[in-house]
Amino acid sequence: MADQKTAAYICQGCGLGERLDTRQLAQVASRDGKMNLVREHPFLCSSEGVAMIRNDIENEGVTHIAIAACSRRAKTEAFHFPTVAMSRANLREGVIWIRPEGDEHQETTQEMADDYVRMACAEVKKMVQPAGNPAAARNDTVLVVGGGVSGMTAALEASKAGYRVVLVEKTGALGGMAAKLWKRVAYKEPFADPADTGVNELTARIQADKNIKVYLNATVAKTDGAPGRFTIDIATESGSISQEHVGAIVQASGFTLYDMNKLPELGGGLPNVVDQLGLEELARAANGGPIKRADGVEVKTVVFVQCAGQRDPSGTHLPYCSGHCCLTSIKQAMYFKDRNPDVDTVVIFDDLRTPGNGEDFYRSAQRKGVTFTKGKVSSVASAGNGLKVTFHDLILDDKNATIDADLVVLATGQVPNSGVNIDQPREEGVDIKPISILNLNYRQGPDVPQLVHGFADSHFICFPYESRRTGIYPTGPVRRPMDIAQAMEDATGAALKAIQAIENAAAGRAAHPRSGDLSYPTFRAEGCTQCKRCTVECPFGAIDEDEKRYPVFNESRCRRCGTCMGACPVRVISFENYSVDTVGSQIKAVDIPDEFSEKPRILVLACENDAYPALDMAGMKRQTYSAFVRVIPVRCLGSVNLIWITDALNSGYDGVMLMGCKHGEQYQCHFVKGSEMASYRLSKVDDTLKSLNLETERVQNYEVAITDIERVPQLINDYAEKIKEIGMSPFKF
Amino acid sequence: MMSDLNAQAIKKYGNSFLKEVEANVEEGEWVKMCMQCGVCSGSCPFGPHWAHPPQEIFMMIRAGKREEVLTSDSMWMCTSCYNCIVRCPRKLPITHIMHGLANYAHRLGLAPKNQPTRVFAKMFWDNIVKTGRVNELKLSLGLYFKDGLGPGIKTALAMKDIGLGMLKAKRLNPLELVKGHGCKDTKGIHAMLKKAREIEDRRKGFAA
Ligand code: SF4
Ligand code: SF4
Ligand code: SF4
Ligand code: SF4
Repeated sequence: MADQKTAAYICQGCGLGERLDTRQLAQVASRDGKMNLVREHPFLCSSEGVAMIRNDIENEGVTHIAIAACSRRAKTEAFHFPTVAMSRANLREGVIWIRPEGDEHQETTQEMADDYVRMACAEVKKMVQPAGNPAAARNDTVLVVGGGVSGMTAALEASKAGYRVVLVEKTGALGGMAAKLWKRVAYKEPFADPADTGVNELTARIQADKNIKVYLNATVAKTDGAPGRFTIDIATESGSISQEHVGAIVQASGFTLYDMNKLPELGGGLPNVVDQLGLEELARAANGGPIKRADGVEVKTVVFVQCAGQRDPSGTHLPYCSGHCCLTSIKQAMYFKDRNPDVDTVVIFDDLRTPGNGEDFYRSAQRKGVTFTKGKVSSVASAGNGLKVTFHDLILDDKNATIDADLVVLATGQVPNSGVNIDQPREEGVDIKPISILNLNYRQGPDVPQLVHGFADSHFICFPYESRRTGIYPTGPVRRPMDIAQAMEDATGAALKAIQAIENAAAGRAAHPRSGDLSYPTFRAEGCTQCKRCTVECPFGAIDEDEKRYPVFNESRCRRCGTCMGACPVRVISFENYSVDTVGSQIKAVDIPDEFSEKPRILVLACENDAYPALDMAGMKRQTYSAFVRVIPVRCLGSVNLIWITDALNSGYDGVMLMGCKHGEQYQCHFVKGSEMASYRLSKVDDTLKSLNLETERVQNYEVAITDIERVPQLINDYAEKIKEIGMSPFKF
Repeated sequence: MMSDLNAQAIKKYGNSFLKEVEANVEEGEWVKMCMQCGVCSGSCPFGPHWAHPPQEIFMMIRAGKREEVLTSDSMWMCTSCYNCIVRCPRKLPITHIMHGLANYAHRLGLAPKNQPTRVFAKMFWDNIVKTGRVNELKLSLGLYFKDGLGPGIKTALAMKDIGLGMLKAKRLNPLELVKGHGCKDTKGIHAMLKKAREIEDRRKGFAA
């Protein structure tokens, strides 16, 4: 890097000048950091300070800057210099705000600041300002798979925003489940009566929209590519294949009802026992007149059985609540009451769940005389020309309460149409061809991964629409159980996410959570051993293999987490501004006092999504913690390459703390599997430590949430105490 | 006569006790709005001491347990503290329904005969109706002797100091025992109450 010109800027504002010897920091930057240009400024983020930096960039030819001021998470607008590489030394949140004032603390506080300046200088010299994904491509078309309410809404919303849409529906007509309903649950004031489904209107709008191209009786035979450049093969009725090129995909493949034949104890399979869809059919057939059973008998008494095969703790049936069935039964009871108030309608429920304005709808049904009985149905059996429902009345604790009914409706819930479960090995010998929805031509499998209970999903806390396949957004009941109103809202969100993906891909930027990041992973083929760890460990299926079995990075699928970089045993993967070297150099830049100084050094590798912000906030709240830690933010714990830890221990650090997000089933990791991969790798570190003759406590892994503002300083202080107990590392020079 | 009313009601409402309650019990139309959350029962200071706290009574009404509800002494135990009304998320006028149920059970002749609240209420009513004014002496003595002569004498003796104190403070006139003072137009009061009862009976569909 011949034409690299480096500069360091030391801020004296925010109390930095009073608490620290900034002259000394400047010396450190030029002497240890070897920066070409070093400047102190009383108020660096002021327009004057920023102008000074800008002037150096424009007129002095500065290409790499280290800013020693506040946290990299603060003042990002002021310190925005897109043409140069930049690092930040966090002296405010990371030093003066977390250290007590007073002479006895001064020395260690200053040492901390000195180190952070050394680290920032070392880091920036290894950075290159990213240029953006060279494979960037723009395609303004959204593929929507599924023509139900969710799919149609997503299509219309995308079209309204000016994007073209290709809509693929497997049946011969648009409308999906909603088209089979007589009415939908009330969705606006006064939330009192069942309302029209609105399906006809949606379909008409789709047909009138020139931006939307509809394929009926069609399925997705193959999905190839990446955001901005997907190629879709659509299998049509005639057997021919049409090809479409799209930029992003919305999967709105909906749900099927849980099969009531699996519920013989609740009468599943008996005549006059129907599921909720069965009742809709009867209501549609009645067309406003009295509702009759299949045998033509007019229904005078009807019992609704809630949670039929749902919220089942035994593991036999659905373990979850489908969220809409209480309101659906309430609506269906109104079908009867609105026609004839003398029809007895009893809803037997365990917990009645009527989210949002559903409560008004529930009250309205009570007013109409629908009876709600808290109980658990034990059996439904034929009795004469009707049925006898036996249940445990939970309020009166009557185990053998009974009701006679002409018709029983079972609320069986939703099972997502999420396609092939790619995490489950296919059973040998079973000749059922699993039906894939997307037929992804990805090496990870033909569909998006499933999260819990078979629902297609990704980050359920932070990014609900995003699947682990970038640019593909499951929406509606395939993502989680929901009703029409929620599905419409959900589909709108998914459409906007698809648009974001298109725009990011076109600009060569990362999707969330690093959206806007122009860096992308590259690898050095000469060093690659083709071990495939990167390919396997990438949580987003972004890496394929070429014919020679080398990894192929699909940058627009990549979220820039660095998990591949952490995985690579020969360390050939890197980003322009984040690499084994940028972090490794920071680790090595720290000054390690000798064994007898009683000044241990603890390396903290903190996830920038949760742990690092928590540390910053601890600073804002003036929580103090040990001056012996040196914190380095990492994109994800998944990006931590074990070489950093080995290097740190070898160069005399006394301990290493890793702070990442919660992993496992209730994960909060922003990159889904990153922190899990890290803890898996770390589980092997103990052997390394033992072979170095070091205590296993020298490396600790913590799960930290962004809210752990008080806990994180505590963890650090406890660990510093622990290191005192174990004693200093024998590896100091 | 009372059991006639009961037979009529059974005939009229069949097994829909809820409809019967809606039609005949003060604020009875609210029973169907209960969502069985149990807040009332949990709030009632007497709840643990009754057979059926309000939530349960409402459930029993919906389950058609007519006999059990109307012969229960639970609604007679309500002290009108209004805790439940204040807390019910559905805004049911629970206290009023409890009293309405008690009243209805009484009129049908199903209320437990020796339920103390019922006995007192009845005594109070008869006492006040007679002269148009409460005769406190007769009312308290009546109450003391409701279970017979022996227990009555016992209670009277136990209360004697209070009685003497009240006598001294001129809060009690022994002459009331003999005659007692009435209001100016006792006949008018009687006629008015009779009329009111007629109107109520007509409205509730009871035969006159
Ligand atoms: S592991 Fe992360 S950084 Fe690497 S290719 Fe996959 S998404 Fe991109
Ligand atoms: S992990 Fe590294 S060595 Fe292994 S295949 Fe990927 S780039 Fe090559
Ligand atoms: S508090 Fe109200 S809604 Fe809840 S159980 Fe009691 S009466 Fe019913
Ligand atoms: S008003 Fe009656 S029912 Fe309500 S809490 Fe008080 S005593 Fe109980």
